[in-house]
Amino acid sequence: MNPQPRVIANELQSIVGAEHVREAEPPYPPGVVMPLLLVEPGSAEELALVLRAARDAQVAVLPRGGGTKLEWGNAPRSAALVLSTRRLDRVIDHAWADMTATVEAGCTVARLQETLAQHGQRLALDPLWPERATIGGILATNDSGTLRVRFGALRDLILGVMVALPDGTLAKSGGRVVKNVAGYDLPKLFTGSLGTLGVIIQATFRLYPLPRETHSLSFSLEDVAAANRLMLAVLDSPLAPTGLQLRVAGESSPQLDVRFEGVAAAAQMRRLLALAGDAEHTEAALEVWALRESLWQGQEPGLVCKFSVLPADLAAVCEEIRRVAGRLRLRWSVIAQAVGVGLLRLEGPNQEALAAALGVLRAEFEARAGSLVLLHTPPDFHGRIDVWGDPGDALPLMRRVKEQFDPAGILNPGRFVGGL
Amino acid sequence: MDVRIIEAFRAVVGDDGVIVEREQLRTYECDGLTNFRVMPAAVVLPSSGEQVQAIVRICHRAGIPFVARGSGTGLSGGALPVEGGVVIGLARLNRILEVDIPNARVVVEPGVINAQVTQRVAPYGYFYAPDPSSQSVCTIGGNVAENSGGAHCLKYGFTANHVLGLEVVLPDGTLMQLGSKSLDRPGYDLTGVFVGSEGTLGIATKVILRIVKRPQIVQTLLAAFNSTDDAGAAVSEIIAAGILPAAIEMMDRLSRDAAEAAVKAGYPDADGLLLVELDGPVEEVELLMEQVSAICTSCGAWEIRLAQTEEERAVIWKGRKAAFAAMGRISPNYIVQDGVIPRTALPRVLREIERMSAAAGLRVANVFHAGDGNLHPLVLYDQRVPGQEQAAEKLAFDIIRLCVEAGGSITGEHGVGQEKKKYMSAMFAEPDLETMQLVRCAFDPARLANPTKVFPRPRLCAERSGPYQPHPLEVAGIAELF
Ligand SMILES: Cc1cc2nc3c(=O)[nH]c(=O)nc-3n(C[C@H](O)[C@H](O)[C@H](O)COP(=O)(O)OP(=O)(O)OC[C@H]3O[C@@H](n4cnc5c(N)ncnc54)[C@H](O)[C@@H]3O)c2cc1C
Repeated sequence: MNPQPRVIANELQSIVGAEHVREAEPPYPPGVVMPLLLVEPGSAEELALVLRAARDAQVAVLPRGGGTKLEWGNAPRSAALVLSTRRLDRVIDHAWADMTATVEAGCTVARLQETLAQHGQRLALDPLWPERATIGGILATNDSGTLRVRFGALRDLILGVMVALPDGTLAKSGGRVVKNVAGYDLPKLFTGSLGTLGVIIQATFRLYPLPRETHSLSFSLEDVAAANRLMLAVLDSPLAPTGLQLRVAGESSPQLDVRFEGVAAAAQMRRLLALAGDAEHTEAALEVWALRESLWQGQEPGLVCKFSVLPADLAAVCEEIRRVAGRLRLRWSVIAQAVGVGLLRLEGPNQEALAAALGVLRAEFEARAGSLVLLHTPPDFHGRIDVWGDPGDALPLMRRVKEQFDPAGILNPGRFVGGL
Repeated sequence: MDVRIIEAFRAVVGDDGVIVEREQLRTYECDGLTNFRVMPAAVVLPSSGEQVQAIVRICHRAGIPFVARGSGTGLSGGALPVEGGVVIGLARLNRILEVDIPNARVVVEPGVINAQVTQRVAPYGYFYAPDPSSQSVCTIGGNVAENSGGAHCLKYGFTANHVLGLEVVLPDGTLMQLGSKSLDRPGYDLTGVFVGSEGTLGIATKVILRIVKRPQIVQTLLAAFNSTDDAGAAVSEIIAAGILPAAIEMMDRLSRDAAEAAVKAGYPDADGLLLVELDGPVEEVELLMEQVSAICTSCGAWEIRLAQTEEERAVIWKGRKAAFAAMGRISPNYIVQDGVIPRTALPRVLREIERMSAAAGLRVANVFHAGDGNLHPLVLYDQRVPGQEQAAEKLAFDIIRLCVEAGGSITGEHGVGQEKKKYMSAMFAEPDLETMQLVRCAFDPARLANPTKVFPRPRLCAERSGPYQPHPLEVAGIAELF
């Protein structure tokens, strides 16, 4: 890989115009020290040409949207050119009567939602940092939030994509209609591929109506087992919550947040209270549904991990976290959704202890057919431990997929699972 | 086929698992799309994942193409054998391996029949949501390969939304796990890619499914209109009101008459019938059903029936479910077409189909999933009349082109298979198709898994580093093997 992007600076300027090529400002991804060149193409065609120029010159490319998750994934083996989607930020089409929308990758989640709200609709997903996170970025990282329990993840909402490949190919897959089985499902392949196969340029989503009513309650339970039991009871009932979130931290009592939306929200709330018996509860503020973001701040340096387990295992893994954190004198906090996907913050001054805790916990999660992925670390922690964990026996196949889409290996080299 | 290969198959699955007699092979020469027929060289019927793997290994070493088959109900020729190839029938892999109610997961072998999953979990108050009309006979493996839908996918999604993981045998005989029981397993979403790949990326030998809790209540409304235009307007208004029904189905005059002739569902004598099903919490369903009913009335419905019990609902659905088969009552032959349009294009496309049908002198019956714009025009014809079959095929193709022009798709649930390969170029440009086939090159560089389906032209796979070496097609390989 060529560490010096300036070899193609002239070429890039001729593709996108001189004013759209400059030095990238920090923060850079972990492990990157060299100043990077930043290029901001203004169209799909320009973006494809930029990629091809980088490929021809063997310059490693770091696709970037809002830059909120640059630290996710392994430190790239090489990064020279930041390819920003900032200028590709249009909502191309809101076909509200068909309940679909096509949007460019650089549009922020918040701006898309504002546009959709004009017709009483939404992308039924509440990812992290919507004001800054872009559509391309949430797709590449497969971020999801509290609405997932009802509406699924991006893979369930995306209908079509347009992508650019390192050889300059612009390709579409999927479509703009809610039902379509023609050809391979590249929208799903690109969702969660962390910019290692190609650059997402635009995507089409199915939409849902904005609810007219919303009610949320928070229950305070005596222990995490009880909170997990109530969560499973709600899942096993005819109630249809649009949010079901478990919050556990240190020695404070676990909280279970429940949200109902729509015309029967109040009635469902009443039935929930009957189901919950005498569990203590309060009306929940809207903010509880964005509390995940608070895990990136703490009193001491810390790690943030994304984990996934089966819903019925949530209590057990929280107990395990409590044991491990207690033994290693770490503070901890978990916010998990009822689908089994959650975030864990571990913090403490001792990096050895953090690394040790991560090792033990990852083994525990993987033994339960789950996973634990590192998202955020203290500044000098990166490199101490693999970010992703066990990639499973499909890694050779994933490598072949990567080799087909990016044979020169210029896209985010090494950042993904198994060093892909 | 080389007898040594047949012997190798027998060694894996036993004598009763290998079919080579012409008469018996006939059962396998086509799927639900009966106008394409190819006699396979052999049919192999494994009864475990390991046996599937052993069979595929033999095929791979000898360079023999293979086609997986579930129940053969596919409607696009997906399970059509390839010349000189082997059919691997999965009906004997029919065990439900695990039922995990607290986590709402079921693990099955691919030969399990769709409806059996729901039967198995119904006592716990759950169901498996994707419900193709063929659900009492089609297999989960076939559903996975086709990404099958059903009447209720408007609300609940398709097979792809309910498959969390797979065990697959790749075309080179490697067995591996894609996805898992828990969500978001790190790595590429290869489960998502495999679902809907129509048997071209390998064979699924285990499937991890998500099941869904039964809604508190279900209500079904049947409304009679003077035209499909009026019924279509009601659909648009229901959606615009922010209501997401579990299903919205529409039938035109011809389908209604056929269904009536076949099962005497007692449908109103109408030119446009709309069936709207709502499910969920009682309060929500009751309130929204009132709104739906009011919308239908304001759009010109002159009769509305509301079914609240299981029996009443069954009566309403009976005619709709019988609609395809009922065509036999009014026409000797028919083509089932499957296209998708944006819902808003419905009135325009239906009028255009009517015009095209008149111009071709052939009747077209329309039954469709109106909520998601998935049309199933049935082109009626008589094979005995010279030229009519060709005219019907042309009309069916023109209808698909119309769907694509309206911004839709050439297939919503039946797949591309053999039948629609040639339509792929109507929907996708060459670079799109080439890019999709990169996936194929990663999974099956030697092109042995259902090699002639889906894509109009195969892409030559560039050879890359890695353990795989494409197999030379010479006999020497076979000799070495045994
Ligand atoms: C009356 C009727 C009604 C229908 N209604 C619907 C409907 O409402 N919605 C809908 O979506 N479809 C419908 N279909 C189409 C058909 O039933 C579905 O496509 C079904 O999923 C096919 O299942 P099967 O087991 O018959 O598969 P087959 O027809 O045997 O095979 C279909 C494809 O799957 C592949 N395959 C099979 N098993 C595997 C495996 N284990 N691994 C990899 N590939 C495999 C085959 O190679 C082939 O390409 C209908 C068909 C009929 C006849």
